[in-house]
Order: sequence, then structure tokens, then C-alpha cells
Amino acid sequence: MAVSDIHAFAHLTEEQIEELGRELDQVRRDVEADRGERDAAYIRRAIALQRGLAAGGRITLFASAFPPAWVAGTTMLGLAKIIENMELGHNVIHGQWDWMNDPEIHSSTWEWDTACPSEQWKHSHNYVHHKYTNVVGKDNDVGYGILRITRDQKWHPINLGQPVYNALLATFFQWGVAMHDLEIEKIRKGTKDRRTTLRQLKQIGRKVARQVGKDYVLFPLLTGPQFLSTLTANATANLIRNLWSYTVIFCGHFPDGAEKFTEEHLEDETQAEWYLRQMLGSANFKAGKLMAFMSGNLCYQIEHHCFPDLPSNRYAEIAERLQEICARYEIPYTTGSLAAQYLKTLRTIWKLSLPDRFLRATSDAAPETASERGGTVQQLRLVS
Amino acid sequence: MPALASLRHRLATPAAGGLPPAHTNVAEPAEEVGLLRGLASRITTPLLPDDYLHLLNPLWSARELRGKVVEVRPETETAATLVIKPGWGWTGRYQAGQYVGIGVQVEGRWHWRSYSLTSVPEHGDGTISITVKAMPEGFLSKHLISGLAPGTVVRLAAPQGDFVLPDPPPEKVLFLTAGSGLTPVIGMLRMLHRRDSVPDVVLVHSARNASDALFRQELKQLVAAHDGLTVHEQLTDEMGLLTVERLVDVVPDWTERETWACGPPAMLDDAEKLWRTNHLTGRLHVERFSLQLDGAGGEGGTVTFGAGGKTAEVDGATTLLEAGEAAGVQLPFGCRMGICQSCVVPLLAGSVRDLRNGTVHQEGDRIQTCISAAAGDCVLGV
Repeated sequence: MAVSDIHAFAHLTEEQIEELGRELDQVRRDVEADRGERDAAYIRRAIALQRGLAAGGRITLFASAFPPAWVAGTTMLGLAKIIENMELGHNVIHGQWDWMNDPEIHSSTWEWDTACPSEQWKHSHNYVHHKYTNVVGKDNDVGYGILRITRDQKWHPINLGQPVYNALLATFFQWGVAMHDLEIEKIRKGTKDRRTTLRQLKQIGRKVARQVGKDYVLFPLLTGPQFLSTLTANATANLIRNLWSYTVIFCGHFPDGAEKFTEEHLEDETQAEWYLRQMLGSANFKAGKLMAFMSGNLCYQIEHHCFPDLPSNRYAEIAERLQEICARYEIPYTTGSLAAQYLKTLRTIWKLSLPDRFLRATSDAAPETASERGGTVQQLRLVS
Repeated sequence: MPALASLRHRLATPAAGGLPPAHTNVAEPAEEVGLLRGLASRITTPLLPDDYLHLLNPLWSARELRGKVVEVRPETETAATLVIKPGWGWTGRYQAGQYVGIGVQVEGRWHWRSYSLTSVPEHGDGTISITVKAMPEGFLSKHLISGLAPGTVVRLAAPQGDFVLPDPPPEKVLFLTAGSGLTPVIGMLRMLHRRDSVPDVVLVHSARNASDALFRQELKQLVAAHDGLTVHEQLTDEMGLLTVERLVDVVPDWTERETWACGPPAMLDDAEKLWRTNHLTGRLHVERFSLQLDGAGGEGGTVTFGAGGKTAEVDGATTLLEAGEAAGVQLPFGCRMGICQSCVVPLLAGSVRDLRNGTVHQEGDRIQTCISAAAGDCVLGV
């Protein structure tokens, strides 16, 4: 079973956890007080770069029949889509830039370049995932309703196909994200209001029509005889974006060391305990400045989960303070190279396609899931 | 100078004085332009063509009205006129006496205020002007006067306000102004002057002293140019306040005049009382500079949910979301802990406090109801 008693698991007293919470509150206040012109300039530059790349890519693809132009245009467009989804869309919709009071860079008005309507994303991601992070049965991001990524999820023969579903999800990631807030699991069980589902489907339909129309009809048509080569370029750009965002997002909560929690833990959870759950449930990966930018600073997943609405360009400096705090409280700070984190994720997905009786570890002390019954974080750290 | 707007008007229009929601500012374009925009937005979706074009030229966007400051002209030691060239989407349609919302970025953050237009509609080179007087406590008015270099890009909100003259103007007019309350009226006088049709107009204007008085030279020239115009200047440092009781000494025929008054709240309150006791209420038009809400910056207050909506008395620790739900108002909500932005609504008036860090948000901000409490009376756009 996943973590139910976070005190026992983290080996911290109630007072220590509350003190930890106060320290994190202080980190938030310090960053909030310091936001200003340089942050505003940062996001404006990021937006200008992204739109420049998008326009450059689209224009270059007017020569898409010429292979070097196809490669250059596709690359620019793919990069633009990645930056738009990761550093701009995801973070703006989180309200990271709402403090600027700019209606054009605001969580309540931003619509992003992907099939998922931002209103639904705000619900499934900002609310459900960020509030109930890694709580099995509450957070739909624990396996996205199709993958078993912890032994706390019961095995079903359908899980045998996990390696395939995983590859499909990576390839068609934006479509998976678009369907996410529908909560197909609930529709299947008949526990979801039909009118809500219909309203959501209509909203998705409208968004998809515009997105598909742009990438697969209008731009190819505009390039005339080069219809097909522009179409393949746009599809490739979307694929690049899908694979990259899938990788970054899967490395946030699925690598070893990102703990899962039971619903029991949620009862009377304090703000400080919420912070602790975010820290124990998230995983970073090591990235230089460029990779950090391309990941929308989600290489700082732990920092993002503690402060989802602080500007992403500040996560690097927050990371220094959080690492120091983690060391002091002897809380693990899970990180590794992107390759290592992804391979651990992949190992879990493949392994858990099998029923537990073929697996050696128990659900209290497996690499991908541990609990206070399997040992405290200190003990886990000693054996790993 | 604080915001210029009448309470009535401000509450009737959600965008007034506040942060205008995206896309609502876009003026009705001509049909062909509209069609072209529609087609172009199909290929720029989910953005608008404007989102790309304004990166080339900041004025090339009608998504949010923008303007470029072309001149900052000092008027007195503490006041300056800002001449602004509006960008795309600006219709140029406004009436003398109306105000315009102006957004300025300071330290990365956009701040919105409203100021009376002092330029003459449908005249000149297409620029507009506002005249700003620095207020002792007004950091933004000071910034507008001394911190804005020509070339600075500002945001604009569509002109509005019903403090305007009818067309044609009444035969006998009284303008009653004090301090920067002269700004909407100078716009009207300039318009009458341009049309060369100044009726029988008396302007009674109060200022502290000669160096503090706005548009002094210009008023002298206008008086010289138009027989119908009389100006009574009350310099209060030496002459004392002109109370409404003494108005009859200065303007014996004041009851025969349709009156436009703009100035400090106390002056306007007195004027409203005088006109009411003389059964002339309909002949008095008043422009109030700011919404005076009780207890601004304090703890708790009366929360109004939507203009003219339900109200609730709340303390300084109850979140606006809880207060609304207790009052039976359907508010958007999500995480209830300040992280998901599902509950964001515009703050139409007053101020609220972020309970996490004590930050006080002012009218024009968008706020999260789940972690904000009333800091004085406030009005939410729901």
C-alpha cells in the first residue's frame, strides 16, 4: 500500500512538518515580493521567441517540397509548439504570470496550441492533479486511467498491453491530454453527469476542429502543390511536441522515489502536509538552462508542485533553497538525469503490466511505491 | 488624480475602470476587415493575428487597445498632459467630457486608472490627450507625469461616461469645477471653441493658487475670444473656499443654468444638496473622480457579488468564496487553496486581501476568491 501516514514515512513530528511548512511559505513570500520588471521581460522575450519560431517555421514550410526547408521548417515549428505548450501555455494557465495584471498573459484568457481546451485543463490539471497529487483513486494522473504505475492499482489482464499503450500515448499525447478531463473511467462506471460530458465533448470538438483545420487543412492548402509535404511537416512537428512533452511529464511523478499516497492520508491534511506530499511525490531531472527552458522548467517538478503559481523562471533559485531544506529535514529530493529518470519510468510501466505474483517486491517496498510499512525514507535511502 | 467615473456608470459596465476582458475591447471592424480577420485567425488559432503583429509594431493590435505616448507636456508643477497616439481598434468616437481607461506597466505590473479626455473629438491628428495631476498618495499619477518617456506603450480602454453636453448645448450653462475637476470641462470648452458655438457659459473654477491652476492662459484666451464665456477663478489660498451658499453671489442666475460639476466629493455633495433643495436635481450633472468605498484597506466589509447582485457582510478572515456560498451565490471554484485559478473573478471596485501574504488587490485586478478576503467594501464581477 502507498503512504498513509506521512509523519511515520518521513520520520518527522507534527511540529517539524509545520515548521517545514512555514519555511516553504517564506520561500513563496520572498519570491512574490521580488517579482518585477525582469520577470515580465523574461516572459515577453519567451513569447516573442515562440511566436517568431512559429511564424518562421510556417513561412519556411511554403517551400516544404524542398527537403532542407522541410527539415528547418519542421524543426522551428516543433520547437515553437514545445515552448508554447510547456513554458508558455502550461505555466500561464497555472496563473504564474497573473501578477502582471496583463489580460493577454493571464490564466483566465490564455488558450494554448493543443487539442485540450484550457478550461478543462485547468480543472483536470491545476485543480485535481495539483491538489490531490499522487493520491491513488483521486489523482487521475496516476497512470492516466490506462496505465498501472503502482502496485496499489489492481492488476487486470488488460494491463498486459501496457508497453503498447504507453508507446501510443507518447505518440498521440495531445489527444490523450484532450480526453483527460472527460474522466472516461467515470463515464464507463456511469458516475458522471451526461450533460457535463456532452458539454465537454462539444468544447473539445470545437477546439479540435480549429487545431486540425489549421495544421492539416489550411496551412497545407496555402502552400498549394506542396500540400502533402506541408502536411507531413506539421504532423511531424506535432509528433515532436507530443514525444517531448510526454517524456517530461512522465518523468515528473513516475520515476522511482516519487511516492504515491492513499486517500486515508488526505483526511485533515494541513497545508504543511500538502507541501510534504508534493515534495515526496514529485521527481526532478537534471537540466541545463536550455533544457530547463524547453521543459517549461518542469525539470524542477518538485519546485513546481510546491509553488505551481510562481513564475517558472524562478524555479532554479527556489531549487537551491528546497534542496537545502530537504537536506536539513532529511527528506529525499528525487532527481537524476533525464535518461535515468525515463528508464526508471519505463521499467515500472513494463514491469507492472504483469500481475504482482510475478514480481519480487511488495507494494510497501517496491522501487516505484513504498510506504511507512516498508520503512521510513531514511531506511529506504540506506538500502537504495 | 484618481479615477474619473461615476459610480452608476462604473457598475453598469463590467470592463469600466477594471481590467478589460480580452476581446471585448475590439471595435466593430468594417465587414471586409472582419472577414479577413476571421480568416487570418483560422491560421493563427488559438491566437489572433494581432498577437503576432503587435510584436512588429506595438500599435498593430485590436485585441487590447494600445496607444503610444507621443508627448508629455507639463501644465503646472504637479500636472502634465499626455498626448497618446491610439493603435488599431480605436474608433476615435468619443464625446468631450468622457473618460478613458489607461493601463501602464510599472515594475512588470499593469496598473489601470481612468482619466478625462482633454482632446477634442474628431479633430486634429488622431491623437488623444489626458491631463493628469499628481496626487500626494498617488504613485501612478506621479509615474504618469514624470516617469513616462515619449514612445512608451500604454493600454487603453474604450472611452465612456455620461458627463457630456447635449448637442446642441443648452443656451445657459454653468460649469462648477475644482482642481483637476476642470479636465472634463476643458474638453467641452475646447470642443465648443472649435465649433465656434459657445453659448452663455459661466465657469466657476477653484484652485489653490495661481501656480496650481490648470489651463490658466488658455482660459484667458477663450474668454477673450468668446463673448458668451465668463470665468470666475477662485484661488482658495487667498480667497478662501467658495461655498455653495456663496454661489449665488458669483452666479446670480445659477438656477436658470444647466450645470456640470466636477471636483472633490465634499463639493459635489454640497452641490447635490443645494440643487435638490431647489428642486433642480435634473439640471445638475455630476462627475465623481473615484468610487468612495468604506474602509478601503481595512478588514472585512460589504461584498457585492456582481453589479447590483447579492451582498454579504463579512469579516477580514472569511474568504470571498465562503462568503458567496453562504449568501447563496454560485461562484466558480476548484482547489480552495489558491493553486488552480478556477475561481478567478475581476474585482470591479474596492479592495481585497490575499490571506496568504497580505497583498492588497485593488479594483481592476483579477482575484482568487478562495484565498482572498474583503479589505473594506468591494464589488466582484461574477
